[in-house]
Amino acid sequence: METATIIDHSRRTFLKVAAVAGGGFAIGVVLPGATRVVHAAPAAKAFEPNAWIRITPDNVVTLIADKSEMGQGVYTAIPMLIAEELDVDWPSVRIEQAVASPVYANPFLGAQATGGSTSIRSAYEPLRRAGAAARAMLIAAAADMWKVDAAALRTENGVVLGPEGRRATYGDLAARAATIPVPKDVPLKEPDRFKLLGKPTRRRDTPAKTDGSARFGIDVKVPGMLTAVVARAPVVGATVESFDAARALAVRGVKRVVPVHNGVAAGVAVIADDFWAAKTGRDALTIRWQGGNETLSTESMRKDMQALAASRQGALVARKEGDPDAASPARTIEAVYEVPYLAHATMEPMNCVAWVKPDGVEIWAPTQAPGVNQFVVSKMRSLKPEQIEVHTTFLGGGFGRRFAQDFVLEAVQLSEAAGAPVKVVYTREDDMRAYHYRPMSLCRFTGGLDADGNPVALAATVVCESLAVGTGAEAALIRKDGVDATSVEGLENLPYAIPNIAVEWIRYSPGVRTWFWRSVGSSQNAFFVESFIDELAHAAGKDPFEFRRALLAKHPRHRRVLELAAEKAGWGTKPPAGRARGIAVAESFGSFIAQVAEVSLENGKPRVHRVVCAADVGTTVNPDTVAAQMESGIVYGLSAALYGRITFRNGQVEQSNFHDYPVLRMNEMPAVEVHLVPSTESPGGVGEPGTPPIAPAVCNALFALTGKRVRRLPIEI
Amino acid sequence: MTQLTVNGTAVRVDAPSDTPLLWVLRDHLGLTGTKFGCGIAQCGACTVHVDGVATRSCITPLSAVAGKKVRTIEGIGSTPVGRALQQAWREIDVPQCGYCQSGQIMSAAALLERTKRPSDAEIDQAMSGNICRCGTYNRIRAAIRRAAGIRRG
Repeated sequence: METATIIDHSRRTFLKVAAVAGGGFAIGVVLPGATRVVHAAPAAKAFEPNAWIRITPDNVVTLIADKSEMGQGVYTAIPMLIAEELDVDWPSVRIEQAVASPVYANPFLGAQATGGSTSIRSAYEPLRRAGAAARAMLIAAAADMWKVDAAALRTENGVVLGPEGRRATYGDLAARAATIPVPKDVPLKEPDRFKLLGKPTRRRDTPAKTDGSARFGIDVKVPGMLTAVVARAPVVGATVESFDAARALAVRGVKRVVPVHNGVAAGVAVIADDFWAAKTGRDALTIRWQGGNETLSTESMRKDMQALAASRQGALVARKEGDPDAASPARTIEAVYEVPYLAHATMEPMNCVAWVKPDGVEIWAPTQAPGVNQFVVSKMRSLKPEQIEVHTTFLGGGFGRRFAQDFVLEAVQLSEAAGAPVKVVYTREDDMRAYHYRPMSLCRFTGGLDADGNPVALAATVVCESLAVGTGAEAALIRKDGVDATSVEGLENLPYAIPNIAVEWIRYSPGVRTWFWRSVGSSQNAFFVESFIDELAHAAGKDPFEFRRALLAKHPRHRRVLELAAEKAGWGTKPPAGRARGIAVAESFGSFIAQVAEVSLENGKPRVHRVVCAADVGTTVNPDTVAAQMESGIVYGLSAALYGRITFRNGQVEQSNFHDYPVLRMNEMPAVEVHLVPSTESPGGVGEPGTPPIAPAVCNALFALTGKRVRRLPIEI
Repeated sequence: MTQLTVNGTAVRVDAPSDTPLLWVLRDHLGLTGTKFGCGIAQCGACTVHVDGVATRSCITPLSAVAGKKVRTIEGIGSTPVGRALQQAWREIDVPQCGYCQSGQIMSAAALLERTKRPSDAEIDQAMSGNICRCGTYNRIRAAIRRAAGIRRG
């Protein structure tokens, strides 16, 4: 609804995203030391050298987490960066979630937001600088107080120590330090002196997540708050013609019934005292819908996409080296791959609390993009961004879904309608049918081998919706050549030494809102290319590991993880009876991951027993979190490979809940081993890169086991 | 008015008798540690104990728990099994997003109450009704084993 404005904003906002995908982005945009934040109720004589640090005279050190915690560990890792250089007593540090502010803009994304596996990549140096600058100011305050040279002072766990046993806590120095100018160019620690960074560190959010006290968006309660459940259009693009609210209003606790539109779907909201009343009322509504595309079906989309891939009509060239059409190989191999739409299915369904007040809006949300929420709602209400106060709660999963605005836009409209704070809650069925899916995508390959089995040509035609169009990120994600970077990422950057390569993309727009899904384009494109490379290896009669390895001479980080995964998995040794192994490697978000999956068939169904993951994610902050994120990415990708499928029939989504959109459960969980490559390279992403290699590793193992090539997900053997 | 006992305290609830226990706990009693995940007993996020039995509160009407003893994640730490599980969960750093973990711990507590040293198969059996989208399953399994060890001392 505010699309035009969002787009204007985003031209500026998302400019740097494309550079992220390339992996070579130079950090250095944010200068935390240069900005002070005025809090609503500033603590007396508190030392707040920047927006991430607050030290009060009672010696409480509070560090601000400005990224959204959705499981990936930033609530711990962001404060660790500051604490390392500030030199504080880590266990006694308090951590607070940031209230949205432009000062927290993510330089990769242009607004305060968590996505694209950018948190550590964007914060690694700036937040260490923030900590180092504050420490220098505390030392200067002590030098001033003791009338000694700052060079004679040192710090230890939140205390400044000086000559002759002088000693002052950071709290003792807070008031004085607040008067010291913020220094520039403070040196950072050499990594060999790190006490926290690079060491396995317990997560700070774990205790609250084991006793029920962690507050997620759905747990927020505000005085006078009402709860809304919305009936959204069941057919893609349909709108409300009329509705009868009488039966809903008769439900005890129901207050109002109002139309609403979240930018993607029209709806009718029932606002009530509590969730159950609102849901009961919602289920009692009678609504006449009009319009919408009732002919849309997965079958029709598949036919359209297949025809486009065959005709190559409207194809845009994403990468071309040499000319695959002129390569005249000894053997040609062709294959068509396909993946379905996918829902994110976060454990916490979408929700948001909004309170429209006379002079602004207050929002509590499990959101990945508080800065974008702030901007969008300010435009919607014709207010200044600072009049929109966004509180980020813990997120019950994100995976990209919580970068969207639909749940926030609904809550704001409904709070205005109700004249009270309103929490909108999606049921699981609502959540699964709220679009924002990973795009359905199809990829047609032609590969060529010479007489010795060396690959001489690879041509790929991808057909899928442009994820970027309509997100506000068009300017950053749609390149000068017209290609939506997300449609070909993970494919066009295939690292193998093949002399003739062409990757092209055809946009196909059936009208379904698509969205960023953990690892975005790499989630499907790594499956396509790493499966097809396996096909070429097989056609060449070569071992799939050796075949890849020989083509990676110029890509040592790919090669290293490939070799490490193969070694740790015992590649080349006989697998346990009835099992076979498959291998895949992928680079995404600045990290390099290879995985070997060990698979069997049980009752005709694939069973993944073991996954060996080798990861080069550059410099790590918390290795235990990196391992956890690799495990997590693998499970997420494995659920999609084995089960994930959103399909359409008569314009409606066919799936609704976990019974028809199954995900991996504990009894199907493979053993997972994560091996990190020691590295001093810049930090890479960790939240997403574990996902891309798992589907091809599993499918390649199934091929080795059965001789059947899986070319469409989810796997059907 | 329906009377029941929640975490050892007698409470009276004024809600329609078909209201699921989940929403009684969350919206009427302010106990938000028990989570809404699916509403159809498919994900386990809403697991509580009713008279000691692991129960999906999202499909359990208030009328079904009248006069019964309900224990939630907020109260599980007052049992030896619950304390051991919470300790193991912290030591192994099980949670990621954390949303499913209340239900995971409640299912695990019910398991350890009846089986002191569960086998892997018994753990799978007891825990496969609880979905975790972050993929913490292997750590959950390790934490259950550790908690069983803590209890044995």
